[in-house]
This record gives sequence, C-alpha cells and structure tokens, in this order.
Amino acid sequence: MQRIGVFVCWCGTNIAGTVDVKRVAEALKNEPGVVYSDNYQYMCSQAGQDMIKNAIHEYKLTGVVVCSCSPRMHETTFRKTAAAAGLNPYMVEIANIREQCSWVHKDMEAGTEKAIILGRAAIAKLNLNTPLTAGETPVTKRALVIGGGIAGIQTALDIADAGFKVDIVEKKPTIGGKMAQLDKTFPTLDCAACILTPKMVDVGQHENIRIFSYSEVTDVKGFVGNFDVTIKRKARFVKEDVCTGCGLCMEKCPMKKVPNEFNLGLDNRTAIYIPFAQAVPKVATIDPNYCIMKKTGKCGLCSTVCTVGAIDYNQQDEIIEEKYGAIVVATGFNPISMDKFDEYAYSQSKDVVTSLEFERLMNAAGPTQGTLLRPSDGKHPHTLVFVQCVGSRCEACAEKGKEYCSKICCMYTAKHAMLVRDKYPDTEVYVFYIDVRTPGKNFDEFYRRAVEEYGVHYIKGMVGKVAPEGDKLMVQASDLLDNKQLHIAADMVILAAAIEPDESARSLATMLTASMDTNDFFTEAHPKLRPVESPTAGIYLSGACQGPKDIPDTVAQAGAAASKVIGLLVKDKLTGNPCVAESNELMCNGCSACEKVCPYGAITYVDKEFRMPDRTTRVRRVAQVNPAVCQGCGACTVACPSGAMDLKGFATSQIMAEVDAICK
Amino acid sequence: MQRITREMLTSKAISLLNDGTVSAVLGWREGEFSYDLTPSLFYTAEDIEQNFVFNDFCGANFSKYLVTKTLGIEGKILAFLKPCDTYSFNQLLTEHRIDRSKVYVVGISCDGMADISKIRAITGDGISSISCEPDGLKVQTIYDDEPKTVSYEDAMAERCICCKSKKHVCYDELIGEEGEENPDCNRFGKVAELEAMTPDERFAFWRGELSRCIRCNACRDVCPACTCEKCVFNNPNSGAENKAPATSFEEQMFHIIRAFHVAGRCTDCGECSRVCPQHIPLHLLNRKFIKDINTFYGEYQAGKEVGSRAPLVDYTTGDLEPGQVFEREGM
Amino acid sequence: MQVNEYKPLIVAFCCNWCSYAGADLAGNNRLSYPDNVKIIRVPCSCRVNPMFVLRAFQRGADGVILCGCHPGDCHYTSGNYYTRRRMALLFSMLDYLGIERERTRVEWCSAAEGAKFAQTMNEFTEAVAALGENKRLEDLRCKE
Repeated sequence: MQRIGVFVCWCGTNIAGTVDVKRVAEALKNEPGVVYSDNYQYMCSQAGQDMIKNAIHEYKLTGVVVCSCSPRMHETTFRKTAAAAGLNPYMVEIANIREQCSWVHKDMEAGTEKAIILGRAAIAKLNLNTPLTAGETPVTKRALVIGGGIAGIQTALDIADAGFKVDIVEKKPTIGGKMAQLDKTFPTLDCAACILTPKMVDVGQHENIRIFSYSEVTDVKGFVGNFDVTIKRKARFVKEDVCTGCGLCMEKCPMKKVPNEFNLGLDNRTAIYIPFAQAVPKVATIDPNYCIMKKTGKCGLCSTVCTVGAIDYNQQDEIIEEKYGAIVVATGFNPISMDKFDEYAYSQSKDVVTSLEFERLMNAAGPTQGTLLRPSDGKHPHTLVFVQCVGSRCEACAEKGKEYCSKICCMYTAKHAMLVRDKYPDTEVYVFYIDVRTPGKNFDEFYRRAVEEYGVHYIKGMVGKVAPEGDKLMVQASDLLDNKQLHIAADMVILAAAIEPDESARSLATMLTASMDTNDFFTEAHPKLRPVESPTAGIYLSGACQGPKDIPDTVAQAGAAASKVIGLLVKDKLTGNPCVAESNELMCNGCSACEKVCPYGAITYVDKEFRMPDRTTRVRRVAQVNPAVCQGCGACTVACPSGAMDLKGFATSQIMAEVDAICK
Repeated sequence: MQRITREMLTSKAISLLNDGTVSAVLGWREGEFSYDLTPSLFYTAEDIEQNFVFNDFCGANFSKYLVTKTLGIEGKILAFLKPCDTYSFNQLLTEHRIDRSKVYVVGISCDGMADISKIRAITGDGISSISCEPDGLKVQTIYDDEPKTVSYEDAMAERCICCKSKKHVCYDELIGEEGEENPDCNRFGKVAELEAMTPDERFAFWRGELSRCIRCNACRDVCPACTCEKCVFNNPNSGAENKAPATSFEEQMFHIIRAFHVAGRCTDCGECSRVCPQHIPLHLLNRKFIKDINTFYGEYQAGKEVGSRAPLVDYTTGDLEPGQVFEREGM
Repeated sequence: MQVNEYKPLIVAFCCNWCSYAGADLAGNNRLSYPDNVKIIRVPCSCRVNPMFVLRAFQRGADGVILCGCHPGDCHYTSGNYYTRRRMALLFSMLDYLGIERERTRVEWCSAAEGAKFAQTMNEFTEAVAALGENKRLEDLRCKE
C-alpha cells in the first residue's frame, strides 16, 4: 500500500478563486492510500516545495499528488522536489485543477467537485505507480555517413571538425556524387567542381575521416549510440594504400570501350579507371566486367606498367565490422529512367538527352571538352528545346512518373538555357513548362534574367511529341497562353527528368528500421520540428534522400544533421525516457503485431527458452523492447492481443483506475 | 454428402504414417453422439482403421489444435484441412503461432458441412443416430420408429451456404478437386440487414441475442484467432479480467472486446457460432468488422497470404475519419 | 441554475502533445466548457485501448471522446493513424449494437486550438445531454 501525500495548490486566486482548496484537501484525505493532505498558496514556491519535502520525510510518503496547474507546467519541478527528498521522481502525479478546472469553470461548487474528482483520479493512478529509473546506455563516439555526395561530405566534415571520428561509405569508387558531374551551379553560376573538389580534398585529408569508397553497408544492428554496422568493401583489384593514382595503367589498358558512367555513357573509359581527375580517393579501380585479365586470364598489362605494384587481380571483397553512435543517411537521388517516355524519342535519337547528360555535354571536363555538340553527328546545334517536368508532377500517370515536384529542374533549366545563350548567341532556346517554380534566394531574379536578358523563349505548355525527321527533331507542343499548337524543328531536346531516391535507399531503410514514404524518400521524425532526424533514434537524414533538394538546401540540411549528430556524440551516456513499453514475456504470443505498429523499430523478437509448469522447457518467440529506442507512444499496447505489452507510467491498469475514479 | 470418403483419408493417413512422413495424424473420432465428432490425434494405423471418422459433421476447424499439438511431438503432424481451415492455418503462420515445418497439410475439398441444429429443427429432439446416405441424412430419433430423411441441402450449415472460398490457400498435398474463391457468396447479407435497421431495432436484436450468453467461453476457446498464451479475460492486470461476470455489462464487454481483438485477424471460419450452446450468432459481430474493414480500407481477407499486414496494424494517411463512418453509409 | 438539469458524464482522453496542451490553452484563455468533462492524459491517442472506452461506459460515463494530434502531426509520427482506424471500427461496432453513435467521438485538436477544444467539448456535451443517460451499454443483456 502506498503512503500518499496530497498537496492542493491555491495558485494565489487562480485556483482558489473557483475551487474551495480546503474542501478538496479535506475530501482527498479519505481516499485509499492517502496519509497526508494539505493546501498552500503556491506549491511551486520554495516554501511550497519545502512543505512537500518535509511531508515526505515526516510521513514517510511513497508518493505525492500535487493538485495544481498543468503537468506540462510544473511536473518536472515537482519531480525534482520529490527526488531531492529521496523519493523516486516518477512517484509524483499531478491533478490539473487550474487549466482544466478553475480557469474554465466559474461555479465554485462545480469547480470544487471536479477538482476533487481529478485529485481522486490522480490518487487512483498513483496507487499503481512503481518507481521508474531511466536507463543509461553508453555512446560510441563515431559516426557513419552513408553516401559521399555533397550531403555526406558536408555532414562528415562538420562532424569531423567538431572532433569526432567519421566514416563515409560510398558505393562508387570516388566520393563527389551528383555535384561532381555538374557544370555550373545556380544561381551564382560558379563551377561545381571549383567549389566541390576542395571539400573532397578536405575530406580525403581529414584526420578524423575515413573513406570507404567502392563499399556498401550490408547489415545494421543495435540502436542509438550503439550501432553495429557491417560494411562490404568490394574488391577493386588495386591496393588502395599503394596506388598513387598516376594513371599510367589507364593509358596502357587495351580495353578502351567501356561506357563511362561518370559521363553517363556519352563516351568511353578503360577497364581500369579513375572516374575523374579530382577523384577522392584517387585510386584506380578495375572493372571486372570488362577487364581482359579478369575475364580471360590473359593480359596483365596494367600490372606490368604499375611502378608501385598496386595491382592485385586476386583481391577479395573485404568485410568490416565497426561500431557507431550515430548514422547519417545521405544516399541522394537519381534521375528516373526515360524508358516509359517514348513520346520524347529518348531511345530513338541520341540528340534527345536528359538534363544531367546535358551537364556533361556543357562541362569542360566532359566528353566534348565543354563545346556544345550534338551527340549524333558532332555538329553545333542551333535550336534547343527544353522540356520541363518529365515525370514530375505526374498525377495522372503515377506508374510512369512521380506525383511530386522534383524541385530543382526549373532552376537548372534556366541555368542551362542561359549558359547556352551566353556561349552561343546564334541559338534559339525554347523552354516548355507547366509552371516556373523559383522560390529561393535570388532564384526568381535568376530565372527572369534568362527570359529578359538572355532571350530564352519560355512557353507555358507541354510537349506532346518529339519525332526524329532527317537530322532534325520535330517537336509538337501546345502554347497554352496563346492557345495554339507549335511545331519546332529542333536540333536537340533536353528532358528535365524527375528525380527519385537512390535505389539502395529501400533496403537501407529496412536495415535501419527507418521509415520511408510511398516514394521511398526517408521520413523525418517531425516534418517541421525535427526535419533532419529519422523517427528511429540515432538515424539522421542529409540531402535528397529525404526529398528533392538543391545544393544550398542540401548543404544546410547536411550541417543541421551534423549538429544533431554532434549533440548526440558529445554525451557520454544517453539517459532514456523511463516511460517506455515493456513486454511481459510470459504472456507474449510472438505474433509481431507490436513490431508492426512501432514507429521506431524498438521491438525485436527473440526465441527464448521457458520452463513450463511440467518442468519441461519450451522455446517461445517473444517480443523485447529496447528502452533506449522506445519513445513511449503506446501504439504497441493496443495492438497486442494478449495484453502482454504495457507502458510504464501509463499502464493499462493505471488508466483504468483513472477511468474508474472519474466515473465513480 | 461429401465427395471425399473416409477411405481416401485413412489410406492417405496410413501411408504417410508408415513411410515416416508424419508421426501423428489429426483427425476426427466418434464422440458421445454420432453427429458430435471430436478432433483427436492418431498415432497408429490400427487406431486409424478402427476409429477414424469422416462424414458431414466434420466441421471443426483443426488449425487451432496445431498450435499446441505440434509442440511436444517429434516429427510432423498430418492435418486434414478444409479450404476454410487453411485460411486460419495461414493466419496462425502469419502470427508465428505454428511452426510450418511441423505440419503436413493435406487439403481436402469440402461440399459443405451439416448443422445439427438445423437437422434437429426438422426432426425434433432425441436424435439417437445419423447416417450419411447418398440420398440424404437418415436421422433416427428415440421418438420415431422409422428414421427420417433430411436432405443435405436442408441440413447444410449457414456458414457453408455462404462459403467464401472452396480454394485451399495452403497445402502440401490435395485430395479431391481444388475449388474457387466465391466472391458472390453474400456472407454480409445479414450484417447489411442489421445495418439497415433503426438503432432501436438493432439494440433490441442484440439485446435479445446477447442476453442468452452464459459466458461459457466456448466461442473464445474454439476461435483459431484466440490462441493467446494468457487471455486478457484471465489476466488480472488487463483490466478486463472476469471469468464469471459480475455485472450484466460484462457480457457485452466480453463480446465486443473479443470481436475487436480478432478484428483484422478473424478469417470468418464461423466456429464461434457453431459451438455456441445458446446459438448466439456471434459471427455477425466478426463479419461486421470484416465488412467495415473491406469498405473502409479495401478488401482484406485474413489468412489469404502468409505475412500480410492486418488492417489494424496498418494505415494510410488518407483513411476515413471515425466521424465519417456514418456519413459514408448515408445514415 | 436549474436544479434537476441532467449533467452527462464525459470522459475525454487527450494526447499529451497536442490535445492536452490544447485543453491547457483553453484554460489559459479562460474559454469555458462544462465541468462534467473530465480529462485523462495519455502519451498519444494510440495509447487508448478500446477497453478504456468500454470501461468508461461500463462505469457510468455517458459519452467518451478521444482527442489527438491532427493526422500527420502526431508527435510519434503515426500513432493517431492507428487510433483513427481502431476508433472508426469500434464506433461503427457500437452503432451496430444499437448504441447511440453520438456518445462516441474522435476529434483532432492541436496545441494551438484551445478555442476548438472548448467548442468541441461544449458541442459534444450538448449532444450527449440530448440523449439522456447512457442506458443501453449497461443493459444490453438484461431483457426486462
């Protein structure tokens, strides 16, 4: 049986004006478990708190009910008071007789009656309270960043600069991501490589950062502060610590007809390759699908010319296991496949390109050294048509494209159009759009410059069809503002393809038990207030894996994610919320209902041996809650058919007791 | 009349027992009355030959027995499952209640089982024996000299008349012809009828039905969705514990909570109504949930696929609001 | 004040993050609602077991209302989506048994919607008061 002390606060006249506090204290004296009941002007004052402390000592109280303002106001205050007097802080319950009683009722009699009932409910609940202790878990002071694009790079640099170890896992042979492929960046038109590559070098040289390039995360176990991650370092058949990146092997490699993925297949590379000149790490990689030595066992030229002996044709995949305190997802995006958009003749004509391909065609380090030439015949194009929203905002065609706006296309198309007109004033440039969306600092000014200063023809309307005819592309389109059909004989058509999350994201989300939306973008813990955290504790989101983003937004989010990670890693121990779910293993059926509704992946199932009444043992599948991950929502408690799952601090029996007390 | 014969099952059972595929057979044994068959385990060919029964009274759903029977046994159990039983079996697999590797499922086609109360309504009480003949059920009562013949059609259980599927959703082997799902079965007819009533009429209907409850727990004990290690009604901490009700309200609570607990998991096998000694149409509560789930959240058949996500542990952001439930029905 | 005015007992389950805060805001702004509304704080509306609703009716409540964060705004991201399904089905079932549908309600109420909270409680109390005492859930079994 509890020994409960009840303290009724006047809150000056705030409560005492509508509630007869003395009568409340008097009435609650007779409730079960109550051994002491009193009232005072301001319970939250030092004198009021001392009164509680003294009573705890004097009456050997095991629990305290404060009838006062909202628990959202002073629950923490009174918990600290109780703790200072040696009581478990979770043996305190608040009856809210101010916000939910005296302030909303005017009649003294009714207010007093209600206050007594609310007090009674708090007492009934407290009678079933048990002391709760917040669990503590240590924090591994190392972060993992998955993805080495600008998002991952910025996050890693910020965390590393704060003094914590960071590992970047990148599936490609080099970090840099999509930004490394871009030509210029909006709205300032500075060159992407000029601002990105110094950061890549910083990452490569940072003493706190390790780069696992050409690697993948294959397994994640554990929870916030204590993740165990398995990383597969794919064999690149070149010793990473030996290779100097001199590039001699690439000159000598006889297999020169490999589609160059960095240039999106617009030109070729060798079988042993460094993706681009500024790659980090600058180490060669052998593509086993094309390497003659790997395929036939005869060649070995690169090995012969390598002066440092870095080539190792027998290298095997390496599995690394590492512990991390926090994981940042920065898996980025890809343009969607144009397979389903036959109307734009992408597969029929080389001169229909996506915007990312166009970036490479305009790039000084690209396949044409920055001279804009038609991919089909290498001629200079005169008429260019840009098509916006190819696969974006595709409400009617969800199976073909995406329902959402890809956000970046309006701006990069304005950039492309402007660059083309700037470099080649003899061109005509048309842009077909649904809407031009340019929110962002200096964005709309940028777009208007394209129209007003560079004479780009912006036409509101969609392109219906592109048909190759001779060496021209016949573009059929509608001009919605002029309400007429247009026919343009173009030399090139550039498609602003929608962007989608990287295909690795879905399986990664499963490993991380991080939630995703229907488009496979990672969901944030709160769309407004916790935009860089996943609902799963310890998992953070950086860049376009959370939604379409341009570079400024990505870098801002990367920094925000880093600061959240730093906030976690500076702690030596994590103190959890003790009001977490708990599974009674003896009653658990192992049905997985709780696991399915848990938004945090806090519930796992284990096979456990139980001794049965007949002294035999039986292995049963039972749920276990990780208190470090559980946030205490209680969704599992209702999903559980057997009632094995309960929530500490808001136990079924406690809420039932409150219901009973109120309805008495 | 079942097209599957006793011999087809016994010979299959014996051969699987003899070749070591299974170490026990879950089948039917004669009970106190000829129409009251008892699910039972058979371990020997001899026992099967002598005591295995199969006829039109084999309505019992075996899936639930497998939860406990597979535990303390070496090797597999052979279970003869009718199409409707396989849905329950799958649902139990989804909930990790049965180890699939411990069961050898022989799917048997079903032509609909007989309902003894329907027969009794025709022949009167005092049934002493029933035999299944090709032209109907020959029912002998203690009051008549000659047996009465009841047609299979007249004797068929309500749940079999509106059978949702003759197709097995799980089996290792089949005996008899595989059937089809029957989407036009009109199993929600009675639910719709009740929905169309005024609240007062509905209240009167349910008060009439539920007032007969004697809280024997048979519905819970037979239900294949009720396999909890400890039922909430037996658990002092659940707040719903009441083995014997103290107030009249508790009966309703019992039935509402029970229906809610199995909502989204109930395969609509109809066992609850079959075993109710007071003939309360309990399946109408479960079917209401199934109907609502289908209307609100899209068609869902529990047990159709192993591992499917039950509607109550799932959601979409566009689900209808509780307040819209009634607007939708235009009520 | 009338002497014999019937005052229904209303139990309101409020989630800690939105609706309970909304109720507090109603208090801060002194927006009155009937004193027969008694609030029980739960971490999330998804903590409310249908058994709590039934228990309240069993013990004499005349109306039960659940308040939670607006869909999409749940502090725990998805709790209220589960609540929405559970309560839609439960309320539909109670209606099916002939219990007046006006006795049960779910309302989404944010921490900023103090006025909505007070108004909801006023409306709900009025609707329940119009039905009179809750008899049906108590005597479904006892045939007179």
